[in-house]
Amino acid sequence: MPQPTDTVARADGERRVHVPRKLRNLELVLVLFASLLNGAALYLVQLGALGAFDSSFFLPATGLAVLVLGMHVALRVSAPDADPFILPIATLLNGLGIAGIYRIDLSYDLSGWESVAVRQIAWSGLAIAVAIAVVVLLRNHRVLQRYRYIAMFAGLALLLLPMLPIIGREINGARVWIGIGGFSFQPGEIAKIALAVFFAGYLVTARDSLSMVGAKFLGLRFPRVRDFGPILVIWAAAMAVLVFQRDLGTSLLYFGLFLVMIYVATARISWVLLGLLLFVGGAFAAAQLGYVGGRLNAWLTPFDNEIYNAQGGSYQLVSGLFGLANGGLIGTGLGQGMPSLTPLANSDFIIASLGEELGLAGVFAILSLYLLLVSRGLRIGFAGQDDFGRLLGVGLSFVIALQVFVVIGGVTRVIPLTGLTTPFMAAGGSSLLANWIIAAILLRLSDTVRNQPRLVVQQ
Amino acid sequence: MNRELKRVSVVVLLMFVALFVSTTTIQVFQADNLRVDDRNRRTLFASYSTERGHILLDGQPIAQSVPVDDRYRFQRTYAEGELYSAVTGYFTLDQGSTGIEDALNAELSGTANSQFLDGINRLFTGQDPKGASVELTIDPAAQRAAFDALGDRSGAVVAIEPSTGKILAMVSKPAFDPNALAVHDTDQVLATYDALIEDPGDPLVNRAITGNLNPPGSVFKLVVSAAALESGEYTAESTFPNPATFPLPGTDSVITNSGEGACGAAESVTLAEALRLSCNIPFAELGLALGDDALRDMAEDFGFGESIAVPMPSARSVFPADPDDPATARSAFGQDDVRATPLQIAMVSAGIANDGTVMRPTLVERILAPDLREIDALEPSVFSEPISADTADTLTRLMVDNVGSGVASNARIGGVSVAGKTGTAENGSGEPYSLWFTGFAPAEDPSVAVAVVVEDGGGLGQSGRGNTLAAPIAKQVIEAVLNR
Repeated sequence: MPQPTDTVARADGERRVHVPRKLRNLELVLVLFASLLNGAALYLVQLGALGAFDSSFFLPATGLAVLVLGMHVALRVSAPDADPFILPIATLLNGLGIAGIYRIDLSYDLSGWESVAVRQIAWSGLAIAVAIAVVVLLRNHRVLQRYRYIAMFAGLALLLLPMLPIIGREINGARVWIGIGGFSFQPGEIAKIALAVFFAGYLVTARDSLSMVGAKFLGLRFPRVRDFGPILVIWAAAMAVLVFQRDLGTSLLYFGLFLVMIYVATARISWVLLGLLLFVGGAFAAAQLGYVGGRLNAWLTPFDNEIYNAQGGSYQLVSGLFGLANGGLIGTGLGQGMPSLTPLANSDFIIASLGEELGLAGVFAILSLYLLLVSRGLRIGFAGQDDFGRLLGVGLSFVIALQVFVVIGGVTRVIPLTGLTTPFMAAGGSSLLANWIIAAILLRLSDTVRNQPRLVVQQ
Repeated sequence: MNRELKRVSVVVLLMFVALFVSTTTIQVFQADNLRVDDRNRRTLFASYSTERGHILLDGQPIAQSVPVDDRYRFQRTYAEGELYSAVTGYFTLDQGSTGIEDALNAELSGTANSQFLDGINRLFTGQDPKGASVELTIDPAAQRAAFDALGDRSGAVVAIEPSTGKILAMVSKPAFDPNALAVHDTDQVLATYDALIEDPGDPLVNRAITGNLNPPGSVFKLVVSAAALESGEYTAESTFPNPATFPLPGTDSVITNSGEGACGAAESVTLAEALRLSCNIPFAELGLALGDDALRDMAEDFGFGESIAVPMPSARSVFPADPDDPATARSAFGQDDVRATPLQIAMVSAGIANDGTVMRPTLVERILAPDLREIDALEPSVFSEPISADTADTLTRLMVDNVGSGVASNARIGGVSVAGKTGTAENGSGEPYSLWFTGFAPAEDPSVAVAVVVEDGGGLGQSGRGNTLAAPIAKQVIEAVLNR
């Protein structure tokens, strides 16, 4: 792999000032546009649901916009070559999410700290502040590679933390929370970042032995048992999440992340087949436990009256479908639908809420934003220079894509419904924090990518 | 590594394509089916938050939607809820609706096909959706008279204008207050609803057109007489043997007349006399002679066996499908398995009153768009022509005698000739009677036909009679119409 030399970098100094400024200016325009859209969405929610303008809610929302501009400035200074689309997309998704949550608050007459939207804004502020810190402090992402085993232990520990007594909490049937005092957190959200770092670091070093060695069977080269260790550890962790925390979505997310990263690193489809086999086998065994089986029935025949009326049956899913249908092509208009009829309308079902009021048009716009965000992340994989960075970029982008697929696919009956948060949009601090950190890491990676190929070309 | 990345990108793209397809399927292709699903509360809420049309009587609303400051935006209110409860029915958030509120929901909520263009127009001009108003045929005075006359007794009254089929009064007791079910607190609605369901008086049952149907007893003799006269083999003066008891063919039991003796002093009795004194034995003999098919055909010509939309559907009145001789004999005086709604019995009277032509009964006078433009208006139509004008004349004469000098004396009105027939139907040994009256007035040019049923013997067990309890109620309803 060619490495840039100091001399070339200095010789290139003139251009480096020129091109990034264009990128950052584009980002500034887009961020301002996104903030404007967010403000308009809040205003429409108020007009639709209250029939009046309430300025008190706009103060914290404006604070958030200022913080986003702060992040933009931080990027100008410390990552001038970073991708110009990631920050505006994250801002817009975050803002639309707040508007959707605020809309649900209004139907329940919540205000002040009772208001989920106000708390979401506070969490967003914290998450963006942390993202700024990541961009500023993480000058070179390769540092992360050194800490891969620490990341592994941290990831597994975070993942399994909710299973501990006393601090572990069960909410809505899934034991994925920890609570300290009145404060609850989903450590699994942060764990996915730690695990992505670990996978990337581990696979970069172990890829050769994983891909070259092993017996051939049916035209596929299967790995040696000793190389098989880590995949078994991750599988066991995923199964533990599935069985003990009763969270099919999270377990699917981690395992999917691992399989994609190992496939990209080793180019061995056999890993993916083995992994899928293990996961489906485990999930099938877990289905005997009951709750997965119920989800399966609710997915296949949600309109069956018995399943509809059953405790933990398809009521919520069907209610979400009714909401989406109510929205139709162009939606009822913000604040004018009835999204709060669906349980968890501001978290797991926020896409059904927004789909009801913004219609299919709005849903397509949101899906396109996610697709664009993911594609910006995947670009890092294509254009990057160091394999650790490429793998990390692919892993983090794929985790967003998979999470969007699992949660929106669950709501729209592509797959069985599992409890996962919609990235950037769903109410919940842990998820926001994790996704903003992911955005920060992707920004950092894209900055590295963009200033390296040009150096290479000039060599 | 790039080959693998491309494949992963394709997988990501496919995942998103799946989501684009699934959301499109739900929001476009399945949307209509999802919207009409019974369990879809959004559709119901939406129908609540459009300004539902009025239900009007002579231009005055008996049900209307008034603006309120909550999520449903409009509160349904009923001016005199109990009085009109059998007509309007109720309209609840999540316990369904009944009566006109249910039968004409599409019009009232503005979703009927006839209002489609109107709705499009409103969409583009930015006006809020509004439902059409429904003007009813009910005569407030007749309705009030029937409601007050029934008092606390369980029963029902139906009054029809014979020449048009317009329903002038429809009362069912016990009544209920639809306002209590229209409130927006769903828990409260559920509690009220449960209490009404558990009420032993079944106030939510509209006894005028549905409910546990009563045997019509002697009022059914009108149908049997009609069948006899129409057969051409009998006249009002045809005579029948007049024993004091009549053994039911093939059984040990006997039929008696209600007075426990013969029907008058003579050896034989005419059809006219048998109807005037409402004797059972001559009608049993007549029924057996005509056969059950002839009786059933005449009953069905009058509407038995059919659910009649007024526009809410009535229960089907019943003449037994394949009775043996004893059952035919008992059916001929409205017992055994014969069952009838007050609506059906009123239609029999109305048909006789209208020269043998039964007009299709209805509650709907016209439907008015929100701008008061008439969308639809009642055009009276013929339901059936069960009997000739001659037969109708003969039956009218017999029914006038029935009131003037027979057993229906309590329906007499000074200066008006009233045609009528009483019925005191048995519901099994020891059970209280169902007390009936049906008739019309004035006999020479009828403006109202009425049917009254008082259930549970009017609280008097087996001692009440159609003439003592049901006839006076009918009299007050007839007077209310004639005094208009």
